[in-house]
Amino acid sequence: MWSNVRAEFAKHARRPANWLLLGIAATLSVVFAYLIPYAGLSGATSDAPNSERGLDSMLPAQFVSNAIGGVPVFVGALALIFGVLVVGSEYGWETWKSVLVQIPSRARVYGAKIITVLTGTLILVLTLLTVAATASVVVATVESRPINWPGPADLLAGAGGAWLASTMWASLGMLLAIALRSVALPVGLGLVWLLAVQNLLSAIAAPLLDWVADMQKALPGPNAGSLVASLGARPDTPGVAELVAPTQAALVLGAYLVAFTALGGWLLQRRDIH
Amino acid sequence: MSDPVETTALTKRYGEILAVDQLRLHVRDGEVYGFLGPNGAGKTTTLRMLLGLVRPTSGGVRLFGRPPGPGYLASVGALIEGPSFYPYLSGRQNLRVLAGHAGVDRSRVPGVLDTVDLTDRADDRYGTYSLGMKQRLGLAAALLKKPGLLILDEPTNGLDPAGMADMRRTIRKLAAEGCTILLSSHLLAEVQQVCDRVGVIAQGRLVAERTVGEFGTASLRVAADPLAEARDVAGRLVGAERVRTEGEVLELDVEPDQASRINTELVRAGIDVSELHWHEPDLEKTFLELTGAQSHVE
Ligand SMILES: Nc1ncnc2c1ncn2[C@@H]1O[C@H](COP(=O)(O)OP(=O)(O)OP(=O)(O)O)[C@@H](O)[C@H]1O
Ligand SMILES: [Mg+2]
Repeated sequence: MWSNVRAEFAKHARRPANWLLLGIAATLSVVFAYLIPYAGLSGATSDAPNSERGLDSMLPAQFVSNAIGGVPVFVGALALIFGVLVVGSEYGWETWKSVLVQIPSRARVYGAKIITVLTGTLILVLTLLTVAATASVVVATVESRPINWPGPADLLAGAGGAWLASTMWASLGMLLAIALRSVALPVGLGLVWLLAVQNLLSAIAAPLLDWVADMQKALPGPNAGSLVASLGARPDTPGVAELVAPTQAALVLGAYLVAFTALGGWLLQRRDIH
Repeated sequence: MSDPVETTALTKRYGEILAVDQLRLHVRDGEVYGFLGPNGAGKTTTLRMLLGLVRPTSGGVRLFGRPPGPGYLASVGALIEGPSFYPYLSGRQNLRVLAGHAGVDRSRVPGVLDTVDLTDRADDRYGTYSLGMKQRLGLAAALLKKPGLLILDEPTNGLDPAGMADMRRTIRKLAAEGCTILLSSHLLAEVQQVCDRVGVIAQGRLVAERTVGEFGTASLRVAADPLAEARDVAGRLVGAERVRTEGEVLELDVEPDQASRINTELVRAGIDVSELHWHEPDLEKTFLELTGAQSHVE
């Protein structure tokens, strides 16, 4: 098993697309959590979104909530793409057969891929935290404010919640890749769900129909949004809204993670490899 | 010891299509077995079932006596339906990744690269390889486990004549080292050059299984007048059992270098020799007959 994990790590650490995803996540995170609000604050573009956040929210004490604010939307989307790539590329390049004639146990290879995804999303979350922390120090220094860090409990809870939510999206990516045996369609459909359908449901359907509002509370997106909201992400961020209690949100996300992963493994195990 | 490959009534159905039909395949230890059939005959499907990539609809598979399960492919190397690797990794990195999956030491990698003559280009990205180089990397990957059984699906696909000759040489060398080889092809002539036995598959069924020699050997054909006298003379020269009358000509089972001596002797005996030529059996015709006529072999 360990040698399979190492093989997967070697594959994905060398893959330029993965570093591109990480770079985009870090860049978007700095741009929307720091650059634009800061520009708005200093009056350069006075009607920039989020400008009312104020300087306080950009200081180191608040960096965790800024780092995880993007999880329900673009970070989740990028994690989903990562999950699709980890599994779907083996279909796209027809490398499943190359791997599975070396080791016929699909369960082991799938297990190695799950560990790879867990590691990848952890690196993603840690990168976002590092980037946000750095940006907040820059803001504090430029504005000559004192540097106060959040407590370790806040930091751990924020990192853990963001990790759980992004891994859940990545596991949906893996499941879609296995179900559709490709890369492009799973990425497309995953993003349509994550970025379009989910927002239509919460913005248009839920206010009109009670049952949609109730059903929403069981969907992965609103639960991810609730979890990061409870961990400090500002509710003016898209997708962030405290619809359900944090414990419930964490449990629902965990249940989706387990269900997506198990379903993917089951499909992979029983289908033919072509 | 159990045979390297053994299948019983192996069957695969894709909806309406019966890709493999009650196939009984037996490959003995140490032999090079040619699995021959036209496009769509079911070769790749059969090999995929042997390797556990495709599940049989019914019937069973055993490699070295083992049914699919843990350790199933421990000493089996395979190249199925063309090579496939990660395009952004170099040839060497690809082999290291696969060695990791196989659980073999990466110190095997330089050796197999050398065997397929790819050391020079091993550090270039796989995506930049030519078709022939990709195919050779595929063979290298199949050799990582020092396999006792090598399963190769159309291994000379995409190779130029020199590359094909290299591939045959490598196959013979591996066979000489004791590796059992099962290779598929749709070219009878190609299979004849490297295989000990040949199984012919058509529409998912094994329609013939023969040693290579049984597909017919080359002979010397002589058109002479009078034919009966020529037959006597030739019989005295090479042995009567090696001489047959085929219509208007004599057919002699002899080595090519005897042709001129036979000619001289016939002329000396006053026989009029109008034609004397070396005749290769029409393998393709045999093949087409076998795969066209759906006679079923027991
Ligand atoms: N995944 C699949 N779904 C449906 N039918 C399939 C599938 N794979 C193979 N077949 C069918 O099974 C039959 C055998 O195909 P197979 O690929 O085994 O042939 P082959 O002998 O390898 O041919 P070739 O020489 O062209 O490689 C064909 O009719 C093919 O269309
Ligand atoms: Mg084929």
